[in-house]
Amino acid sequence: MTTSISAMGGIVRRKEDPALIAGQGKYVDDIRLNGEAVTAFVRSPFAHARINSIDTSAAAAMPGVVAVYTIDDVRHLGPVLAQVPVGVMRPLLADGAVHHAGEAVAMVVAENSYVARDAAEAVMVDYEPLPAVVDMKAAVAGATKVHEGSESNVLVTWFSHDWWPGVFELVDHRPAIAEAKERDDVVVVSQEMTNQRLIPTAIEPRAVLADWNHGYNRVNLWSSTQMPHALAGAVAKTFGLPSNEVHVVAPEVGGGFGAKLNIYPDEILTVFASKALDRPVRWTETRREAAFSTIQGRGWVATATITGTKDGKILGYELDGIADMGAYSQNFTVAIPVLGLFVAQGQYDIPLAWQVSCVQTNTQTTDAYRGAGRPEASYYIERIIDMYAAAIDMDPADVRRKNFFKKEDFPATTAIGLTMDSGDYERNLDTLIADVDYAGLRAMQAAARAEGRYVGIGLSTYVEVCGFAPSVLAEFGFGWDAYGMPTSFSGSGLVRVNPDGSATVIIGTGPSGQGHQTTWAQVVSDRLGIDYDSVRVTHGNTAESPTGVGTFGSRSAAVDGAATYEAAEKVGGKAADIVAHMLEASAEDIRFADGGAHVAGSPGHKVTWAEIAEVAYKPHKGPDGMEAGLEAHAVFSPGNATWPFGSHLAVVEVDPDTGNVEIQRYVGIDDCGNRINPMIVDGQIHGGIAQGIGQAMFEDAIYDAEGNLLSGSLIDYPIPAAGDLPAFELGWTNTPTDVNPMGVKGIGEAGTIGSAQTIVNAVVDALAPLGVKHIDMPLRPRRVWDAIQKARG
Amino acid sequence: MYPRSFEYLAATSLDEALAALADNPDAKVMTGGMSLIPLMKLRLFSPSLVVDIGRVPGLDAIDDAGDHLAIGALVRHATTASSEAVQSGAAALAQAAALTGDVQVRNRGTTCGALAHADIAADQTAAALALGATMVARSSSGERTIAADDFFVDTLTSALQPDEILVEVRVPKTGAGSGSAYGKLGRRGGQSDYAVAGAAAVVTMDGGSVAAARVALTGVGTKPSLAAGVAEALVGTDGSEAAVAAAAARATEGVTVLEDLYGSEEYKAHLAQVYAGRAVTAAMAAAS
Repeated sequence: MTTSISAMGGIVRRKEDPALIAGQGKYVDDIRLNGEAVTAFVRSPFAHARINSIDTSAAAAMPGVVAVYTIDDVRHLGPVLAQVPVGVMRPLLADGAVHHAGEAVAMVVAENSYVARDAAEAVMVDYEPLPAVVDMKAAVAGATKVHEGSESNVLVTWFSHDWWPGVFELVDHRPAIAEAKERDDVVVVSQEMTNQRLIPTAIEPRAVLADWNHGYNRVNLWSSTQMPHALAGAVAKTFGLPSNEVHVVAPEVGGGFGAKLNIYPDEILTVFASKALDRPVRWTETRREAAFSTIQGRGWVATATITGTKDGKILGYELDGIADMGAYSQNFTVAIPVLGLFVAQGQYDIPLAWQVSCVQTNTQTTDAYRGAGRPEASYYIERIIDMYAAAIDMDPADVRRKNFFKKEDFPATTAIGLTMDSGDYERNLDTLIADVDYAGLRAMQAAARAEGRYVGIGLSTYVEVCGFAPSVLAEFGFGWDAYGMPTSFSGSGLVRVNPDGSATVIIGTGPSGQGHQTTWAQVVSDRLGIDYDSVRVTHGNTAESPTGVGTFGSRSAAVDGAATYEAAEKVGGKAADIVAHMLEASAEDIRFADGGAHVAGSPGHKVTWAEIAEVAYKPHKGPDGMEAGLEAHAVFSPGNATWPFGSHLAVVEVDPDTGNVEIQRYVGIDDCGNRINPMIVDGQIHGGIAQGIGQAMFEDAIYDAEGNLLSGSLIDYPIPAAGDLPAFELGWTNTPTDVNPMGVKGIGEAGTIGSAQTIVNAVVDALAPLGVKHIDMPLRPRRVWDAIQKARG
Repeated sequence: MYPRSFEYLAATSLDEALAALADNPDAKVMTGGMSLIPLMKLRLFSPSLVVDIGRVPGLDAIDDAGDHLAIGALVRHATTASSEAVQSGAAALAQAAALTGDVQVRNRGTTCGALAHADIAADQTAAALALGATMVARSSSGERTIAADDFFVDTLTSALQPDEILVEVRVPKTGAGSGSAYGKLGRRGGQSDYAVAGAAAVVTMDGGSVAAARVALTGVGTKPSLAAGVAEALVGTDGSEAAVAAAAARATEGVTVLEDLYGSEEYKAHLAQVYAGRAVTAAMAAAS
C-alpha cells in the first residue's frame, strides 16, 4: 500500500452545478415510465390507537383507483428490515394498531396523484384511541406502554464502561469520579439540558419508483436513497431474489442528511405493488408528509456534570440521559447514541462516566441526522464545560486548553478504548484565538456591557469520528448484514481508462449533494495526469458500480475516495509498463502529467493518454503477455476511523426587550487533514453550521401530550434561510491522518457538530450579567425573553 | 401536496369574474395564489371553483388620487414595497410589504390579496389598519367601501362577502407633519418570516406635540387590532421617550392576545408594547 500524501487542494468548479442550476438534474420524480401508477398513503391521525377495522371498499370503487392494500396483503413480507434490530420493527403497514401519528395504515394505488389522495381520504378506518406516551421521562417510568403488552419502553442503556465488553478496553471511571467529588477543593457543576428533536428537511423529499419485470424476475428500483446497495440487498431479501436482480438507481439525490439512510416501507411496498399489478409504481413524498414518513433526529434529555478543581482541571465528566427512539426501530435507531459515546469526552483527556437509555415513545422513529449522536454529545460536554468555566471564573478558552489531549498524546486512546489517530487541538484553538483577536473581542464585550448591551462570545471545540472503522464495528451493527449485504463499511472504486484515453470512475458510494463527481475526478486526474474534463464519475447504480455501502457518516472521501486513489494507482502501474514499452524506458521513470506520460527528466519524451489507451486495448502493440484493457478496482478497508476536529466561535447580541438574538459573527477553524477541493470543503462546513444554527435558533419538532406533531409543516417548523445567517468566516489547520493514503478526514458533519453549542454558549455568555446559566434550544426569542424575565425575578 | 378537485376560471374581465362568483357561493378569488394554493394543497381548504383574476386588465396600478393612494387588486407586494408614492405617502405599508414573505412571494402575491386573506400574522393588515385604509369591494350587484376598522373580522375572515372582490385599497396619504412606520419580530428572529408580533403606527405632530395617532397590532390575536389606548395616551403629549413608553404600555387594552408556538400570552402582550413603542417612535421620526 502506498503511503504518499497527495496534496491536490485545487479549487475546481463542480461538474454537477451547470446541470443542477439549470434544472437539468434528474431526480427520481423526473423519471417517467410508461404505464406507471402512483400511490398515496392513508395515515393515522392518532399517536396510539387500536385499529378495529379498515374499510377500503369505497376507495377501491373510485374511478382511477387501481388497488388499495392493507397489512393483510403484505404481512407475509415481514417488517421493515433494520440494521440494529433492537425494539419493535416497523410493519410495512400498521398491523392492528398504530403507534405514532402519521403511521401508514393503507396504501392506495391509482392512475394519478389526485385520485390517489382522494381515495386515501375515502378509506374508512375505525380507530380505538389508546393512551400515548410522548414525554421521554414518562416513557422511562413506563406507566403507559408504547406497544401494548411490552414489558418496558426502555430498549437498551449504553454505558461508557460497558458498551462492548471484550472487544474494546473499557475503563470504569465511576469510582474515581465519585472519589473526586468527595474532595473539598473541587466544584461540581451539573445541568439538565434538552437536545430537541429535529425534522430532517432535505430539499428533495423522498421518492421511489419500482418496475418489476416478470420476464426476467427482476426489479428496477429508483430511489432517493443514500445507500443504493443496501436497499438492493434489503429488497432482494424481502422478495427472495439474489441481490443482483434488484437494480437500484439513486439518480440525483437532493440532500439526505441521514434521513435517506434507511430502508423505508414505501420502498418495499412500491416493489410489492409493481410486482402484483405488473406495472411501474411510484411514490413521491410530499413536503408535509415528510414529517410523518421519514425518520427524525436528535431528541435527548440528559444531565451533564463536571467535577473539577477550582483552577480548571476536570476530574470527571458524567452524562446521564435518555434518547428518544420513537415508536419503531429502523436502520440504526438504538445505535445512534453509541456514536455520541464515541466522542463523549470531546477533545479532553478526562475521566468519563456516561449512560444513555434508549426509550420508545409514540412518535416518529429517530435515526441518523447529520452528525447522528455526535452533535448531541458535543453539545453536552461543550455546554457544561462553559458552565464549569463560569463557576470557577476562568476563561472558557483556558479551561478547554488545560484539559486537551496534547499533540504528543496521539494516537490517543479515548475513555472507551477507541484510538484517535491524530490531533493537534491546541494549535487549532490558538489559530482561532489569534484570528479573531479574542482579547480584543472580550474588550469589545466589556465596553458593550458598560453601555448596558448584551453581547456574548461563545466558544466550542469538537472532535468528530467518521469514516467508521475498524472493521470489527460491523459486528456491532455498523454493517449491512441485516440487508444481506455484509460489509465492514469498506470503500470501493473502479477506474477505467477508455479506448479513447478518457477515464471513467465508478464508485460504490453515491452523493446527495457532496460533489463526488468533482472530487473523485480530481483524485484520478491528479494521480494519472488525465485531464480533469476527461474524467467522468458515475455512481448510485447497483448494476454498474462495484458494491458500496453508501454516503453517510462523513465517509466518502476518506474511504471510497481512498479506494479510488488506490485503483488509480493500480491503473498507473499498468500504464507505466505500457508507456515504458512505448518509449523504451524503464517503468520506474514514467511520470504522468498534463494529459499523458513522459520519462522523468525528459518532458519532451512523451505520449498522450489516447496513445497509451490504444496500446492498452491492442495487446499486440503492448508488452509481451499484457492483458488487454486498462482498468482496476480497489477496495479500501481503513484500519481506523478519522477524527477531524475544530474550534468555533460566535459573537451575538441579545435584545433584552424582545429576546431576539442577532448573530454578528460566526468563525470556524476546522481541521480535516488534507483537503481535496477546498471550495467543496467550505461548502460542507457552511451547510453544517447552518444546520447547527437551525437547531440552536429555530427548529423544533413539537409533539403535544397526545402525540400530535404540532410543527409538521414549514409554516411551523422554521429552518434557517441564507438571509438569517451571517457570512461565515472559515479557517483551517491541517493535521493529516495516516489512516488513508490521501491524509484526508471526513468533513460532512463537522460544521453541525461544532455549531449548536457555540451559539448557545454565546447567548448564555451575553446574558451572564443577568445571571442566566442555561437556556434550552431552540433559542427562539420567547425562550430567551423568558430566561431574562426569570433571571430578573 | 395535491388539492381536491376544483374548477378553474381564468377571468378576462371583472364582470366575468363577478358573475362566476355570484353563481358559485363556494368559489374563491385568486390573484397571486401565494396563500390560497398552499391551503388547497394541504387540503385545509377546498373551493369548488377558483376564479383567477390575474389576467383582468386595469387592476395593477397604484394611483395617486391626491389625498390617498389607490392600490389595485393586482399590485404585487414588491410593487407596493418599492413604490415611491407608497414609500412617501404610506411608509408603513411599503415597509410591511417589504417584510412580507420572501422574494418569490413578494413578486407573486398581492397587497389586496394579503388584506383579503386576513392572516393573523400578516404585515400589511396592520399597516392598512393604522393608516385608516378603505377597502373597495365590488360584486355583480355593485360596489361598496369598507373601512379597515370594520374589515378584519376574525382568523382568515374579512368582511368581504363570498361574491365580492377586493378591487382596490385606498390608503390615505400621510401629509406634512405626519409619518408612519411598521416593524415586527419575525418567527425566525429579526424581521424574518411571519410576525410573532408587529405594529404599525401613524403619528401627526403639531408644534412639538402629538396631534393624532393610530396604532395597529398584528400577530398577537385572531385578527389585526387597533391599539386605541396607545393613541389615546399619546395624543397631546410631547412624544418624549417617557410619553411613548407610557402610551405603549396600553398596547393590548381591549385586544385579545392568544398564545401560539411562538409566544405565550404574556410574551406576546409584552412584544405588542415593545413594537407599538418602536413603531410610534419611528413614525414620529418620519413625521419631523
